[in-house]
Amino acid sequence: MSAVKLVAVFAENKRGQTAHITEVLAAANLNIRWVTIASVGTFGVMKFLVNDYRLAHEALKHEGYVTTLMDVLAVEVADQPGALRAVAECLAESGVNLDNTSGFVANRRAILILEVQNVPLAREALQKRNLRVLTQEEMLSL
Amino acid sequence: MRSGTRPAPSAGRLLRCPSRAAGFTAKFWDQTNETVSRAELERLQLRRLQSTVRRVAAHVPFYQQKFAESGLKPQDIRSLADLHHLPFTTSADLRANYPAGLLAVPLDETLRLHTSSGTTGKPKALFFSRRDVNNAGELCARSFVATGVTKNDVFQNMMTYGMFTGALVTHYGAEKIGCLVIPAGPGNSERQVMLMQDFGTTLIHITPSYALYLAAFLEKRALAPRRDLKLRKAFVGAEPYTEETRRKIEHGLGLDVYNSYGLSEMNGPGVAFECEQKHGMHVWEDHFLIEILDPKTGEPVPEGQPGELVMTTLCREAMPLLRYRTRDITSLLTGPCPCGRTHRRLNRITGRSDDMLIVRGVNIYPQQIERVLMAQSGVGRNYLIVLEGLDEMIVKVELAEAGFSGKVEELIRLQKQLGERLRAEILVKPTVQLVPPGDLPVSEGKARRVVDNRKL
Repeated sequence: MSAVKLVAVFAENKRGQTAHITEVLAAANLNIRWVTIASVGTFGVMKFLVNDYRLAHEALKHEGYVTTLMDVLAVEVADQPGALRAVAECLAESGVNLDNTSGFVANRRAILILEVQNVPLAREALQKRNLRVLTQEEMLSL
Repeated sequence: MRSGTRPAPSAGRLLRCPSRAAGFTAKFWDQTNETVSRAELERLQLRRLQSTVRRVAAHVPFYQQKFAESGLKPQDIRSLADLHHLPFTTSADLRANYPAGLLAVPLDETLRLHTSSGTTGKPKALFFSRRDVNNAGELCARSFVATGVTKNDVFQNMMTYGMFTGALVTHYGAEKIGCLVIPAGPGNSERQVMLMQDFGTTLIHITPSYALYLAAFLEKRALAPRRDLKLRKAFVGAEPYTEETRRKIEHGLGLDVYNSYGLSEMNGPGVAFECEQKHGMHVWEDHFLIEILDPKTGEPVPEGQPGELVMTTLCREAMPLLRYRTRDITSLLTGPCPCGRTHRRLNRITGRSDDMLIVRGVNIYPQQIERVLMAQSGVGRNYLIVLEGLDEMIVKVELAEAGFSGKVEELIRLQKQLGERLRAEILVKPTVQLVPPGDLPVSEGKARRVVDNRKL
């Protein structure tokens, strides 16, 4: 299985929310490997990649947060111009819609995190193009 | 009996607590009165109405003055059709006659005082004689038994004890049947669940908002009510709620919910109650005369149409009330009920003229909003209507786990969809805000649904 699990949390857009949510994760001794926060008007959604997504999900749920697990794809691309374009093109050709994308470079490896509607279809398309789709374990050991 | 009038011939038999063998498990509490023929019931109603009118004419200055103004004499009430000659009584009249202006017996004949909460000014004071206390319990016992309650039930009463009628009146009713009564009062969910587990609670009496809260509480504690508790039935009332909410409570607490209607002015709970059919609430018409009127004109609406419920007490000794304007909007179900009770049924209360909001000139009942929210998947149980600025309406509703995929776009879509559906229902487009569960000010008791910050 090469889908990567993220923990998503619904939060109100108000002071102290990020602090409180990350405090819950820290208290459960969870290490955040990647995070994104999107806020829209009065609310926001935070997404985390952590070393133990089940525990994170449980810990947040126990604190009364609305939380869910999401499957996303992590793709390793060449750290060079045109890399994102190649991925976007590949997915577009296969009819996969890209919802949210973010990327970073770690240890000279360029990683894209892709939120798509149809994970298996997207994975297949990427693998056909010889793009490397990372597993959860690989993501955590970057 | 102190009042100058002789009790109606059958009253003694009717009002005495019917003797019952230990181990009460029958289908009716008071079969004679609950299944009386309509013709006999109407004869009884007329006798009791005439007696009530004579008593208020003799003892209550407020009614004496009203009768004098319209030239009405007690003997003018010759049939039930003459009811409309009688004056209305409003909640303002009760406040104006606070504390004891509407008493029809000397103060030393009274046994208990209840008040009805008022949001402004003085409360409404309601006096009960010994017989009134007994009658209120009798009607609750009838109501409970109609839902299948027996003496083997354990009744955890989660209504507020104190001046409010909700808890005490049902407490006495359940004791009449022989249930074990746990006077828990509302709130402290931790302790409520402990009591349920330790004493095997089978029945609860609870407000809809607290029931929803409790269901969420059980879920959070990973307690499955059908597996971990013995709950069987809930009497849910004191706040209006929808069928959708009933289903949510039934699912969340693993029991059957019976709708009930009552108001302190008419004894409190047990005025009208659903039977096992769960289809409309039987009004105990041997104790209350009911009318459904157009709230503006005061004229009767066509049978089955919604209107304001207006009630006249028929057996009340200490404080009889004529044609009391309840402000509750409902309609009558007139067909016979398979349970065999002949007393007519009220449909769910669909609004309260007091709760009505006027936003941008449109009349809106919070229940309309609740109906839309409850029918929408992905949102939770609690909501708050906030009115701000110049007639801006914000509806805050809790996001439920089922409505959260982690995608911001879907949340925006959900907010928009709710906004559209609300506009279709109430004709005003509110701003919908999704909030995390537990964020709204609830209330382990009555929920506060409307906050009006408008500077108009």
